[in-house]
Amino acid sequence: MISADLSVVLPEIVLAVYAMGALLAAVYTGKDKAAPVLVWTTAALFFALAAWTGLTAGEARTAFGGAIVDDGFARFAKVVILVSAGAVLLMSKDYMRRQKTLLFEFPVLVALSVVGMMLMVSAHDLMTLYMGLELQSLALYVVAAIRRDSVKATEAGLKYFVLGALSSGLLLYGASLTYGYAGTTLFSGILSTLGEGEMSIGLLIGLVFMITGLAFKVSAVPFHMWTPDVYEGAPTPVTAFFASAPKMAAMGLFARVLHDAFGAVPGDWGQVVAVLSLLSMALGAVAAIGQRNIKRLMAYSSIAHMGYALMGLAAGTQLGVQAMLIYMAIYVTMSVGTFAFILSMEKDGQPVTDIRSLNMYAAREPLKALAMLVLLFSLAGVPPLVGFFGKFYVVRAAVDAGLVWLAVAGVVASVVGAFYYLRIVFYMYFGEEGDARLDGAMPPVLWGMLMISAFAMVAGVINLFGVEGLALTAAETLVN
Amino acid sequence: MIGLEHYLTVAAALFVIAIFGIFVNRKNVIVILMSIELMLLSVNINLVAFSAHLGDLVGQVFTMFVLTVAAAEAAIGLAILVCFFRNRGSIAVDDVNVMKG
Repeated sequence: MISADLSVVLPEIVLAVYAMGALLAAVYTGKDKAAPVLVWTTAALFFALAAWTGLTAGEARTAFGGAIVDDGFARFAKVVILVSAGAVLLMSKDYMRRQKTLLFEFPVLVALSVVGMMLMVSAHDLMTLYMGLELQSLALYVVAAIRRDSVKATEAGLKYFVLGALSSGLLLYGASLTYGYAGTTLFSGILSTLGEGEMSIGLLIGLVFMITGLAFKVSAVPFHMWTPDVYEGAPTPVTAFFASAPKMAAMGLFARVLHDAFGAVPGDWGQVVAVLSLLSMALGAVAAIGQRNIKRLMAYSSIAHMGYALMGLAAGTQLGVQAMLIYMAIYVTMSVGTFAFILSMEKDGQPVTDIRSLNMYAAREPLKALAMLVLLFSLAGVPPLVGFFGKFYVVRAAVDAGLVWLAVAGVVASVVGAFYYLRIVFYMYFGEEGDARLDGAMPPVLWGMLMISAFAMVAGVINLFGVEGLALTAAETLVN
Repeated sequence: MIGLEHYLTVAAALFVIAIFGIFVNRKNVIVILMSIELMLLSVNINLVAFSAHLGDLVGQVFTMFVLTVAAAEAAIGLAILVCFFRNRGSIAVDDVNVMKG
């Protein structure tokens, strides 16, 4: 039995063993001189594991007495996590080397946090959920503070640590109550307990605490206050990482808990998630208007996007989960492309984050400005770009589930939010000619990621690269 | 006779104290780290009480995992705090304020 169990989590084991081996190898050989090689091998391993996970389609398998499940939903989320983490890692290398902050610990910590994320999306037991979440979070706390000599980065790490640990504590308290009142930690056991009759008050409190903890992790309002500070303070490659893979993992875990464990009582959590979604969309749209720092702006943008993804979950239907998965896949692609551009924003070799430095950028770099324009329009949800279809799916899921008010609020918030994306476009195309000029050069990796991402936003309108069908298969395994 | 509800009450009280320790405390960050530890331990009381009440060992296994994570979390928290102190020269909560908005 044990070999059958282990074969289910083989990708995770490979990655964990690789991370430990890489750490030892780097310590005993070149230390930071080995970092570029480690970045390449880690990214290559991510892509290889993504291909492995994505291509071995089959029946859902469970392991360790049902504590871990490897089904279509987990595979979809894992592929998104691995590909985006690999892409961000490749983008980070040049930036960190130029700033002389490329440490060999960085790829190792990213690999460990990805192991945690893969466990999160396959969790089928409260213990697996907690261990996966902590494995991811502990690695991310360190990554946020990886520039030990920077006041901002260590402050970001400290804030992220305190609020992250608080949210883990809330989630754990909820998990303990759920265990006590359901009598089991297995999601399937909780589901059958709930299916038998009335939901006890203990389970309800447990559910609310768990939703609170998870809302912290996806940075949904009112548990979002760490996001802008951490995005601003952390080094830009780390911010790019935070805006991609961990978001997908946290949303995947959210869907797992709501549908796998509490799927019998969608009425009890649907309204809570709908309110989280409404507040996130509203605050994300309004609070970003006053921001001049593009990293803080992207933080509020990610809060708003999480609100749209939660709209899919709030619907509580199979269509809702499908819409959430499509939305997250599109969001992660846009996010990687946008951060490829932000990583290249430099003046005299120093990183710049003020959006006014983009004045008249289009006159000097028309192609890159056009790619960024496509990405920003897509983030804003302007048709016919792919970002519009992501919003279209979640709104349709909400309307089908009778949440018309939420869908209307989402559309209004998207119109308001378009303002700050369009302002960046305005600066790039019609800004004043100032002295705030950016360096023109862009490393080939960043240029490639920016162009691929922008091209995907245009070409994807034909069939979304088949993501729709894959997300449907994934949602079918979660909701039935 | 001490029953399940007594244990749950103690755990809930400790949990609330820990939350207050994080939000009301204006002194220094070490107190916040202690509060986080207290929060995890109050959950452990919950888990062990439920485990004994249900006659099910899973809760105690869960407690072992939580203890391990609590140790790792304290180590990482202190490490980040040391880095912060080197840069800022202070660990007062009011000094964690370079970024605002």
